[in-house]
Amino acid sequence: MIVRLMNEGQYRIDDSLIGRLNELDDQATAAAEADDEPTLDQALDEMFELVKREGQVLPDDEIATSDVLIPPSDLTLEETKQLLTHEGFIPDLPSRS
Amino acid sequence: MPGLMNRASTVVKAKISKLLDRAEDPGETLDYSYEQQLQLLQNVKRGVADVVTAKKRLELQTTQLEQSVVKLDAQARQALQAGREDLAREALQRKSVVQQQLQGLDQQVQGLQSQQEKLISSEKQLSAKIEAFRSQKEVIKAQYSAADAQVRIGEAATGIGEQMADTGLAIQRAKDKTEQMQARAAAVDELVAAGTLEDFTAGDQTELDRELQQLTTSTQVDDELAKMKAESGAGDPQKELER
Repeated sequence: MIVRLMNEGQYRIDDSLIGRLNELDDQATAAAEADDEPTLDQALDEMFELVKREGQVLPDDEIATSDVLIPPSDLTLEETKQLLTHEGFIPDLPSRS
Repeated sequence: MPGLMNRASTVVKAKISKLLDRAEDPGETLDYSYEQQLQLLQNVKRGVADVVTAKKRLELQTTQLEQSVVKLDAQARQALQAGREDLAREALQRKSVVQQQLQGLDQQVQGLQSQQEKLISSEKQLSAKIEAFRSQKEVIKAQYSAADAQVRIGEAATGIGEQMADTGLAIQRAKDKTEQMQARAAAVDELVAAGTLEDFTAGDQTELDRELQQLTTSTQVDDELAKMKAESGAGDPQKELER
């Protein structure tokens, strides 16, 4: 699966990470709905860290469309909300694990 | 089913499909698409250059404000030596406000630095992908049937569109931030020139913020005034203040 960390670049991640990302995604969505910016930012930071730690940077010359976009935590709450849909940043795909 | 991604890519895809409709021959579409990418890349490069320039200007403004702190301090001393405590107080008040504003600005300029680095790396990614598109398009032209070529063009163009959108967002955010900060620096500048403290603090602060700021300011002013008085032996008022 290909993930774009917005303003940072694209990463290829193993499908086994989807479950954990989905959990964080749920936290982020709930926090955004509750206008809880610190929790939202924390969840987004953790998603960024997880993808950077476990994923592989997509080479610059590889052209691919991302399956998921994750916004950076320094967006304002309003900006992030505009990007969120009811299922969060990540569509609820069944994880393969 | 759709998360964030689908929403973003729908916009990109809509734009791409319009593009694809324009030419029946995939080879032509590829060339046209590449031309478009190059044009957009020029816009992106200009955008990045604007942000870099704006940040430099902001750094310059910050330096000027730092200088005005030094100047106000000197003026306050002069005023005090001339026995004009009222003028000294006013100069110190302005100095204190400028200092408080500068503190925030300094941190923001630093924050902008990392944003700028990401922006430049994002632009590099975009350039590399467009270059890759250029070589891929020759392969697609040579090796694929019209139908397959359309699919591959669509995929590649969408991927580039996504990178373009992300770089564009980064530019927009950096621009907005620099503009906000410039406006702030300019306001402090004006304050130093005109001395209208009330107008300046009327920005986006709450009543409490204002009161707190006034409190900090006046305490700081009293402290410094006391210090200066002690230093200069509580003033011997002969000299007139030079203006």
